[in-house]
Amino acid sequence: MSEQAIIVKDITKSFKVYPDKGSQLKERLLFRKRSRYEERKVLKGISFTVNKGEAVGLIGRNGCGKSTTLKLLTRIMYPDRGTITMNGRVSSLIELGAGFHPDMSGRENIYTNAAIFGLTKKEIDARLDDIISFSELEDFIDNPVRTYSSGMYMRLAFSVAINVDADILLIDEILAVGDANFQAKCFARLKEIKAQGTTIVIVSHSLGQIEQICDRSIWIYDGLIRAMGPPKEVDLEYLDFMSREMQDNGKVSNTEAPTEENGKRWGNGKARIKSVTSYGEDGKEKNIFRTGETIRFVIDYTVSETVEDAVFGIGIFNREGIQCYGTNTRIDRTGDITLTKDGKAEIILEDVLLLPSEYSFDFAIETGDGIPVDYCRQIYKAEMISNTGDAGITRIKHKWSV
Amino acid sequence: MNTIKELYAYRQMIASLVRKDLRGRYKGSALGFLWTFINPLLQLVVYTVVFSFILRTNIERYYLYLFVALIPWIFFSSSITVGAASIVAQKDLIKKIYFPRMVIPISYVTSCFVNMLLCFIVIFAVIIVSGAGFNFAALLTLPVIMAVEYLLALGMALLTSAVTVYFRDLEHILGIVSMVWMYMTPIMYDKSMIPDRLLPVFGLNPMTHVIGCYRDVLYYKQMPDLTSLISAAGLGVFFLVVGGIVFNKLQRRFAEEL
Repeated sequence: MSEQAIIVKDITKSFKVYPDKGSQLKERLLFRKRSRYEERKVLKGISFTVNKGEAVGLIGRNGCGKSTTLKLLTRIMYPDRGTITMNGRVSSLIELGAGFHPDMSGRENIYTNAAIFGLTKKEIDARLDDIISFSELEDFIDNPVRTYSSGMYMRLAFSVAINVDADILLIDEILAVGDANFQAKCFARLKEIKAQGTTIVIVSHSLGQIEQICDRSIWIYDGLIRAMGPPKEVDLEYLDFMSREMQDNGKVSNTEAPTEENGKRWGNGKARIKSVTSYGEDGKEKNIFRTGETIRFVIDYTVSETVEDAVFGIGIFNREGIQCYGTNTRIDRTGDITLTKDGKAEIILEDVLLLPSEYSFDFAIETGDGIPVDYCRQIYKAEMISNTGDAGITRIKHKWSV
Repeated sequence: MNTIKELYAYRQMIASLVRKDLRGRYKGSALGFLWTFINPLLQLVVYTVVFSFILRTNIERYYLYLFVALIPWIFFSSSITVGAASIVAQKDLIKKIYFPRMVIPISYVTSCFVNMLLCFIVIFAVIIVSGAGFNFAALLTLPVIMAVEYLLALGMALLTSAVTVYFRDLEHILGIVSMVWMYMTPIMYDKSMIPDRLLPVFGLNPMTHVIGCYRDVLYYKQMPDLTSLISAAGLGVFFLVVGGIVFNKLQRRFAEEL
């Protein structure tokens, strides 16, 4: 009998949303009305089981209930109805570094943090060297954690959590940890852990990561399970659905619009970028692409005053804020552009080999002498997915001969 | 039963929280850990001045009479008042990660308990300096009395810490409750001064028994009153069970309420 590690039976969960909550007696008595709340049903009856040694990915868009499901699995919260059975020691990579004390050294923090996972001193002693060497922080381990960079901090936290030797590992948005090298290392370690028979549940926006690790995807939509099965099938179905939904909704506003107020937009305003949209090869509007796909951007702009010698530019940044690519019409010598009336500009990025991550795009109109007309930081967001495990920023086409 | 097993597995976390609390408590203050001793000593001086020179009791060695009761009382009252805020204070941890929630009040009460043990060094020093002397046979029962008081304090702390999450005023109400409770317990006065009519009421107060036992051993140099000890132990277990049940029920929504 293949044993079941996780059994989730018909769980529901709602949250009380207080417009204005008072938890003091005075407030409760005086402002009875304020204690009124709305029930928001986040999970409407979800059941699934995970076998021992299986890796499952939970997908779905923001607010669909996947993170809530994970929180219920960790027992931070409890379901209103239904039961959850977890067989074995659970470790979670949900809030990495919870309980880290900035004034204590890295080594001391390993002890406190591992203790939170329920390890005894003896067990921690046995794992200490592994943890330190995995974090690559040997030289800093006796310095207080407050002197660490955020990358080092995450590395330490991840190393503790992943070395707990749990039977069940719960992960929320992994591998936003450290640099690409360390991410690849974490990934390799996850695969190793899985090979050892650990059950894994991952919540991620990055379908690429899920496809690489998981045996099964569970797509949660609006508090219910919509599809379950092999990642490649379910993920595609999900992607199709998402891009269809985007079309139905017309324009996708997937990021906080850059404005002069939030400091993400500047320029003399003679012409302004109204919107940016991206399309796939089939001409459908979408903002999730597979590595290697061609992306077409359409920039919709308005002109209030003639702009001579105009230059359109694009900048692509990954989640870590590293510029992956940038170019403009001057660099590409497309010839003189004069903007006199509203219109559209288009750029086609062929065979985009950027590796899985979330990318933000800057679009700008400038004049030839470099004066910004309308510069928009992070006006657009798109995600790249892939089912190969190569690491870094972009894929380089290559051949091996061994 | 499961809870106990799980808590045992998390003993390292309890130990590390206790250490952190003890070490962090006086961090940054010039006298540091010495405050553990200075604080009760200063309280002792105040009460002694008031009761020996102004209100004049005729209890012999009043300072010692008071001190052996005051130190255990401070442990108990800080367990319930400051212990009440313990869950709220650790909300970041509770919202982020799973561990048996009882770990927090347990480690808080334990750190108060360790504090009391350290204060007992001062008690013994005072006994020696004053030349009062010890009854060593009776002294052997001291750990039992302490254990009973620990159960009581833990039961109360479980109760107050869990309820405070839902009802934050409790933290402040408890300040007054603990003051009233202190005067309702024969700490500054003798049990014999309680009017007969009120005796049954005082008998329900577990701290009356606990303080009485401490005083028997350390002040009167005699074996503690067995009936007192047993009724205190019974009440201790009762408080612990009630506290545990209530805590377990309330802890399910901690992450949402915090």
